[in-house]
Formats: sequence, structure tokens, C-alpha cells
Amino acid sequence: MSQAAERLEVFLSRVPYVGFLGMRAELAGDEMTATLPFAPHLVGNTVMPALHGGVLGAFMEMTALAQLSVISPAARVHKTIDITIEYLRPGRAEITYARADVRKVGRQIANVHVEAWQESRSKPVAFLRGHFLLSGA
Amino acid sequence: MSPEALREIARNMVETVPQASALGFKLLSVEPSRGSVLTPWREDLVGDPDTGVIAGGVITALLDHTCGLAVVSMAGDNHTPFSTATLDLRIDYMRAAAPRADIIAQAHCYKLTRTIAFVRAHAFDADPADPIATAQAAFVLKRAPIA
Repeated sequence: MSQAAERLEVFLSRVPYVGFLGMRAELAGDEMTATLPFAPHLVGNTVMPALHGGVLGAFMEMTALAQLSVISPAARVHKTIDITIEYLRPGRAEITYARADVRKVGRQIANVHVEAWQESRSKPVAFLRGHFLLSGA
Repeated sequence: MSPEALREIARNMVETVPQASALGFKLLSVEPSRGSVLTPWREDLVGDPDTGVIAGGVITALLDHTCGLAVVSMAGDNHTPFSTATLDLRIDYMRAAAPRADIIAQAHCYKLTRTIAFVRAHAFDADPADPIATAQAAFVLKRAPIA
């Protein structure tokens, strides 16, 4: 297993909330794709049914933190400073994917954009932009 | 809408929506334009294993849900409350929550147009004047067609 894959594995297995969501992630080189299999407890609207908006936001935030754990290793989990979530489409009762684009890693702060989609990447369900405070290595 | 009817709709929204009940949300209060919801600390919701602090994602879901509650509480005399969808949500994290602390969110829908609701909210663990996080959100209203 590569060092990057090991760091990702450590992040995913150490954070209890990752297990609550049921989130997974895979690396291709240093590019990570996160997946969120559908589960009934993630539903926010039973009529449609649709994923809870908070779940989509949380999934994208965890995707950003997981990607940062790979490219900016630290003994502790990085901290979220702020996030802005934009919702484009309802999250349907199916698997959701997300990919993080780390725009900048500074000395203390990282800027990350995340995109989430379902059946087609050309039809994103939500975006997230966020700033994260980097923990020391 | 009577306070009892509003409370019934609010309780339904806070305690029976699958994600809300999975997180253990509890309705604290609701009145026209305002709502308050508590989420209890739980081991499996921890985001920082070194400190036991609850995950940011839980706060995101709590703030989103409480904002939605504040919007729904504006339904007024309309007995068929409109459904809502979050358009955008910005959250600023002021500080980490205390380890093993329950979190309370309070939301205020301060402006409602025909199609959009604007909401502010904050989350805290002990003192409302010392927030963990603040949120600003816009919701789209989906009104039932007028018969």
C-alpha cells in the first residue's frame, strides 16, 4: 500500500463519523474519489425520497478533510474554518460520488472545492467551498 | 395555525425524518419564524478521535434542519405547509465544541418572499452567546399550487 493510501485508510478508520455516514474513498495516484452508498438513515425527504441536505454537505466536508489527510499529512485531523454549500439538484436515493480539488495549501490554511454527483458527473448535485486550518505534521 | 398544530408539524419534522432521527434530534421550541433543536453527543458521531468532539457534519445537518424548521414555521394560516429545499448554506466554525457536549441550534427566518426564505442560525454547547458555529442560508419554497 502506498503512503498516500495508508494515510487515507488511517483517516477513514479513525474518524467515527465516517462510519456513521458509511462513506468510502479510493485513490488513483494522489487523486481521490469518495463514495457514499445510499442508506435509509441518510434520507431527509421521504416523499421524493431525497438525501438530507446536511448529509450531502457533511459528505463533501469529509471528502475535503480526507483529501487533505492524503496530501497534507498531520498527526491530528485538520479543522474546518468555514464552508459554503450550494445545492443544485436533489440527492436521489442512490450512490453519491465526490471529488475534492485542493486549490491552495498555505502554511496554516487550505482552500478546497468539492463537487458531488450521482449518475453523471456532468449533472452535479452539490458543490462545497471551504477553508481548513491545517494541524501540524 | 395554532401553536399546537405548529408544534405537531415541527415535532414530525424534527423527530421522524430518517436522518434527523438517526442523529437523535430533539425539538426544543418552535414559534412563527423561529425554531430550536438539540442533538445529543454520541460516540459514533465523533469527528476528532483525539478529543471526542462531535463531527462538523453533524453540526451541518443540525443547522440545515433547524433552518428548514424556521422556514416551515412561517406557513402561518396555511394549513398545508410548503415544502422547502436548501439553495445554499454557509457555516462558519468559531471554535470546537466541548468534548462529549450536546449541541443546540437556534434558527431565525428573517425574510420570506414568494419563492425564497432567508435564514440565520447559530449552534452552541453551553452558552448561546458563545457559539460554536453560525450559519446563513437561503431556501427555495415549493408551495402547493393554489386550488
